[in-house]
Amino acid sequence: MTKYIIRRLLGIIPTLLVIITISFFIVRVAPGGPFDGERALPEVVKRNIEAKYHMDDPLLIQYGRYMFDVLRGDLGPSFRYKDHDVNFYIFQSLPNSMILGVIAISLSIIFGITSGMLAAVKQNTWVDYLSMALAVVGISVPLFVIGPVLQYVFAMRLGWLPTSGWFTAGDGWKTIILPAVTLAFADFATIARLTRSSMLETLRSDYIRTAKAKGMKPSAIIFKHSMKGAMLPIVSYLGPAFAGIITGSVVVEQVFRIPGLGKFFVQSSFNRDYTLIVGVVIVYSVILVIMNFIVDIVYSLLDPRITYK
Amino acid sequence: MTNATSPDTYKRLLEVKGLQTYFKTDAGIVKAVDGISFTLNKGETLGIVGESGSGKSVTNLSIMRLIPSPPGKIVGGEVLFEGKDILKLSEGELRHLRGNDISMIFQDPMTSLNPFLRISTQMIETIRLHQSMSRREALAKSIEMLKLVGIPAAEERIHSYPHQFSGGMRQRVMIGMALSCEAKILIADEPTTALDVTIQAQILELIQELSKKLDTAVILITHDLGVVAGMCDTVCVMYAGKIVEKAKTDDLYANPSHPYTYGLIQSVPRLDKAHDGKLFSIEGQPPNVIDLPPCCPFHPRCHKAMDICRTQYPPTKDLGNGHEVSCWLFIDEKEHSHE
Repeated sequence: MTKYIIRRLLGIIPTLLVIITISFFIVRVAPGGPFDGERALPEVVKRNIEAKYHMDDPLLIQYGRYMFDVLRGDLGPSFRYKDHDVNFYIFQSLPNSMILGVIAISLSIIFGITSGMLAAVKQNTWVDYLSMALAVVGISVPLFVIGPVLQYVFAMRLGWLPTSGWFTAGDGWKTIILPAVTLAFADFATIARLTRSSMLETLRSDYIRTAKAKGMKPSAIIFKHSMKGAMLPIVSYLGPAFAGIITGSVVVEQVFRIPGLGKFFVQSSFNRDYTLIVGVVIVYSVILVIMNFIVDIVYSLLDPRITYK
Repeated sequence: MTNATSPDTYKRLLEVKGLQTYFKTDAGIVKAVDGISFTLNKGETLGIVGESGSGKSVTNLSIMRLIPSPPGKIVGGEVLFEGKDILKLSEGELRHLRGNDISMIFQDPMTSLNPFLRISTQMIETIRLHQSMSRREALAKSIEMLKLVGIPAAEERIHSYPHQFSGGMRQRVMIGMALSCEAKILIADEPTTALDVTIQAQILELIQELSKKLDTAVILITHDLGVVAGMCDTVCVMYAGKIVEKAKTDDLYANPSHPYTYGLIQSVPRLDKAHDGKLFSIEGQPPNVIDLPPCCPFHPRCHKAMDICRTQYPPTKDLGNGHEVSCWLFIDEKEHSHE
């Protein structure tokens, strides 16, 4: 097992190198560049700027230089924002997205698994219909609708919670609640549906019939005999979902004015801010690769048939 | 004739009377088990034989009330265990009966044990469910059971997971677990179908040996008449949800009365009889049991079918010595008109 973990961790390095290389070149294939504006810059000015960012070097030299910087942990200067470098923007905003994401995914796990299990155990009753109706809402209604609706009800009508803001900006911890609930909705829905179908499948399996034939209580059948097996698909869903949610959501950050990482995914692309694009891609990839690694480990803990050598 | 105080009732462990289990499907009502009756005496081994879909497994799942509902439902009949109707028990009483008085082993040992739990966990929980024992005592008892069913190095292997055992070994574990609470009845639902031929005999011998030792009555479900001949005292032959013939095993083999039973016995390959290299087979397919008309369901495949077979289900005729058959061939005109 230890050997396997070391090998997997070492395997992350080439994966990341490939991802960085591909994104480095792919952003440069897109038409336009970081310094293009409404009006074309005078030729001299443009050449000066490009010289400053070493954009006039051959592409391979640029790539080599960038790689060298990245390996030292420097993601380079932003081509668009002049005040700080990419490291600064990412490490300033990532923690906010992470806090929000961790709370949101915890909510969706707790409520998703609970309602999925209830739906499966009470199949074809009102409990089942209610939780699946909620799940359909979560899947089909976009976050930019759920967010404002929650704001309208809980902030404007009831006045219980602030409409927007963020606690690091001094707006109080209550600012986390609405965006976290909004962000939790989509994953809650998916987890609830996954749990329900996986639980139903497990409850129909032969070994559950054996447990019933032994005279076991329904609670023991559900928690002791079904849970582990039923959780496997949820665990594999959670890896990528977790990576996605803690790297921020553009929509939720916009709706609730949260200084998160999500906006950089979109803005950097519009701006052709090459270093920032690759920077956020690197952050996302690192988290994703680590999450998938954790999923595999959790898998082997849940299912004794899976062993790694 | 029989009343509550006759010595006969002490012998009778299980009495199934007119059991009906139906499944509601989109295509119609499937009468998987339709009015079957049989008795299981103490220490007896009863065989239930039939093709796939004849209702053998549903019969036994009904006895344990393990029919998945919906779509299945027991719509009629009684299942008396030591005089008490299982179908009327509360959930709690039912759980007490399952695994304790009546236990079951299933067709596929590969999927019947929980792959996520150690064998020790699964065995200990069964024992502690029905007997007041400490974990350690239950573990000792489990190891003893594993030794009894012939698992080598039981002390160490009990802590393994099911996937670390072969199919035959897993079925041994299932048998050990099923008998760990000294159940009075063991229902074995095609216990050897999923196993290698070489292992089949061993498992059957084990069931036979242990049931004798522990004085457990056995209901053996199988589609293999050879298995029945070697193990069972009494046999019920099922076809399309009904018992078509019931007799002592020797009697059944000597005088198979129902044309279906006769066909089944003919289709068993035999070493002592020369044949021209081709096995006998019953032509046609078992009927679809959805909305079955009230005829004899076997008549389309029966060489001796008469007009009446196509319109009415035959009554059951007692041929003596507990040999019962449901076939028009044995009903006299007189008797019929009398009814």
